[in-house]
Amino acid sequence: MEVQKSETHEIRTSQDVVSVRQAVRRCAVELGFNLVDQTKIVTASSELARNTLDYGGGGIATVDVVRNGSRSGLRVTFEDEGPGIADLAQALRDGFTTGGGMGLGLGGAKRLSNEFEIDSVVGRGTRVAILRWKGL
Amino acid sequence: MERIPILKMGGFLLVTIQVDMHDRLALTLQDDLTEQIVKWHAHGVLIDISALEMVDSFIGRMLSNIANMARLLDAETVVVGMQPSVAITLVELGLPMKGIRTALDVEKGMQTLRVSLGLNGYTQDADGSTEI
Repeated sequence: MEVQKSETHEIRTSQDVVSVRQAVRRCAVELGFNLVDQTKIVTASSELARNTLDYGGGGIATVDVVRNGSRSGLRVTFEDEGPGIADLAQALRDGFTTGGGMGLGLGGAKRLSNEFEIDSVVGRGTRVAILRWKGL
Repeated sequence: MERIPILKMGGFLLVTIQVDMHDRLALTLQDDLTEQIVKWHAHGVLIDISALEMVDSFIGRMLSNIANMARLLDAETVVVGMQPSVAITLVELGLPMKGIRTALDVEKGMQTLRVSLGLNGYTQDADGSTEI
């Protein structure tokens, strides 16, 4: 998989969460995603950016335009150096939350994406990547 | 401080969300609306989200909270103008928008509010004509 374009955004405030979803929207439009696909990846990114801020204590979002053969897609990666997640299976379950949210962030973001990856080390941080292919 | 304007129209409050809200702004709107309901003795709240290109779990929860708080304060809430792509995404996200009434546009939302409040919106004049 080849990365054609990449940009990074810091997530330190709730306004940064808005900036991340606007950046993802802009890239999705540039790639020619239809409106539903744009909305899905923007919404998934918003959930994950908020997790990075609220649970990870802030971090970085990287928006990559990727290509694999004839397919092009958008990959968004969220990295923080927060406390990490002890039980990933539990964190992915709908309704599970350690904060004040509804516990839909991770599971919801996974459902809204074609590919989903999560790595977390307790005490070190969390990295979540989502990918949505154009027209899938 | 940045705020989303709340308009008073008769016994109703009308909110049109036209910006991409960050979380604190959404919470401020929630607080402002509950205050205004009490201040104006409003019985209906209409929230127009037609300009929103995305509703995530936080904004969805805010809309649910507003509807529930308004109900406790004897006011009905109708959310209008949700874009189809937003509706599709919300269902896939798994967001239970429980307790939220919706209508396709502001006009239909007003009608829903009037009906649910027992105001049919029409009065019969002495000359037999009807007006809203």
